[in-house]
Amino acid sequence: MTEDLQFDKDGRLHHFLSIEGLKRETIVEILDTAESFISVGEREIKKVPLLRGKTVVNLFFESSTRTRTTFEIAAKRLSADVINLNPSVSSTKKGETVLDTIDNLEAMHTDLFVVRHINSGAAHLIANHLPRHVRLINAGDGRHSHPTQAMLDAFTIRRYKKDFAGLKVAIVGDILHSRVARSLIHALNILGVPEVRVVAPKTLLPTAVEQLGVHPFHNMYEGLEDVDVVVMLRLQRERMEGALIPSEQEYFRVYGLTEEKLSVAKDDAIVMHPGPMNRGLEIDSAVADGPRAVILPQVTNGIAVRMAIMALIMGGNVQRERKGKE
Amino acid sequence: MNQIDVDQTLNSLAEKLRPVLEKDPVMIGIHTGGAWIAQRLHDILGMSEDIGTLDISFYRDDFTRIGLNPQVKASDLPFDVDDRHVILVDDVLHTGRTIRAAMNEIFDYGRPASILLVVLICRDGRELPIQADIIGETVALKPNQEIKLTGPDNLALEIQEVGA
Repeated sequence: MTEDLQFDKDGRLHHFLSIEGLKRETIVEILDTAESFISVGEREIKKVPLLRGKTVVNLFFESSTRTRTTFEIAAKRLSADVINLNPSVSSTKKGETVLDTIDNLEAMHTDLFVVRHINSGAAHLIANHLPRHVRLINAGDGRHSHPTQAMLDAFTIRRYKKDFAGLKVAIVGDILHSRVARSLIHALNILGVPEVRVVAPKTLLPTAVEQLGVHPFHNMYEGLEDVDVVVMLRLQRERMEGALIPSEQEYFRVYGLTEEKLSVAKDDAIVMHPGPMNRGLEIDSAVADGPRAVILPQVTNGIAVRMAIMALIMGGNVQRERKGKE
Repeated sequence: MNQIDVDQTLNSLAEKLRPVLEKDPVMIGIHTGGAWIAQRLHDILGMSEDIGTLDISFYRDDFTRIGLNPQVKASDLPFDVDDRHVILVDDVLHTGRTIRAAMNEIFDYGRPASILLVVLICRDGRELPIQADIIGETVALKPNQEIKLTGPDNLALEIQEVGA
């Protein structure tokens, strides 16, 4: 079902909903294309004309600063017209359903929706509802998926580590509530990373986490030993119901990333975090601001990766639609 | 016509370009064939500044028809184009659309003092009012024929019949 929605009948990416169902070659094509968009962001005029005349609506039913802003910048650098909406403070409050909101925006000739929603599966629901010529990118749905974050993480890893073969990657923290972790695990598996670890207390790991193709650890020193990449996750206190951690001080003592715990990783290990960071909770400031952190390059890379995904799903639509009519 | 000696043509192009060196120009080649030609001309002429390369995929006029080139490469201009004389190099001048895209891209880097277009092969089939300033060889081809440069080590030209 996901596959059908994500691809057109020629096997080209149509919507971008989840990492699951993507082929390795599709992921690599996105990473390669993003590499070319990096140089666009470094020049005097940071704009190319690919999406000139297209309308992109950033529809964030759940709040976001980084993701929404980088999507907005990405669309603007492709020369699209961008509208940012936060329907939870307008139409939804007045009782409009999500699909009615979508229909109204589609009536304004939106070409691409970028959607974030608090409920898992929202992106699929909307994609299924849209007329086929309108595209959708999932910017995070509930606990399910955050595929563009996974792509920018994979892109950042490739920029620093060159190759995925032979890498040991540890994802640390609140795996249970994390759509970032879920999407990244799928991406790293598809890209052929031989060892993906998750490091967390049992209360923050989903049951049967091994089935995702990861090795679970409950101890930081064991989980980080000899790894090339450490991906820290934000402790999602707003999603937690009940006492999943004893206390924040205790959590930091056992699972917070400090220089001391990081010392068991490889010397050239990189430290990533999707943001926003809770300093002193999941990560110590000395690490977050230290030489191995690539947290701010992740943000810069996010723009290029989102440009690549937008360009790849929006390109060739005239021919595709003509084909559809034949 | 089938036997164009690329090396000989490159040498004659370089001789025609030599007077331009007085203006302290920079050289930009268009991916992929144009970049090969630019590199060879740059070496023959002994220019000091590295060549720039352009991938015009982001500026093509057929993006909404056929989508993005899957082999898109990053453009790399290792100099400031503002107020510089630019020698723009491509392998084959055909419709003129590639050159239009390349000039649009160059202007997103800055405002050059001038752009001089140099092509190894000039063929018929222009669709835009764009002409080359310096030409290696002029060839007339049938509409269903394409001329393609292969390389980068041994540069050679091939004429191919394409599906009508």
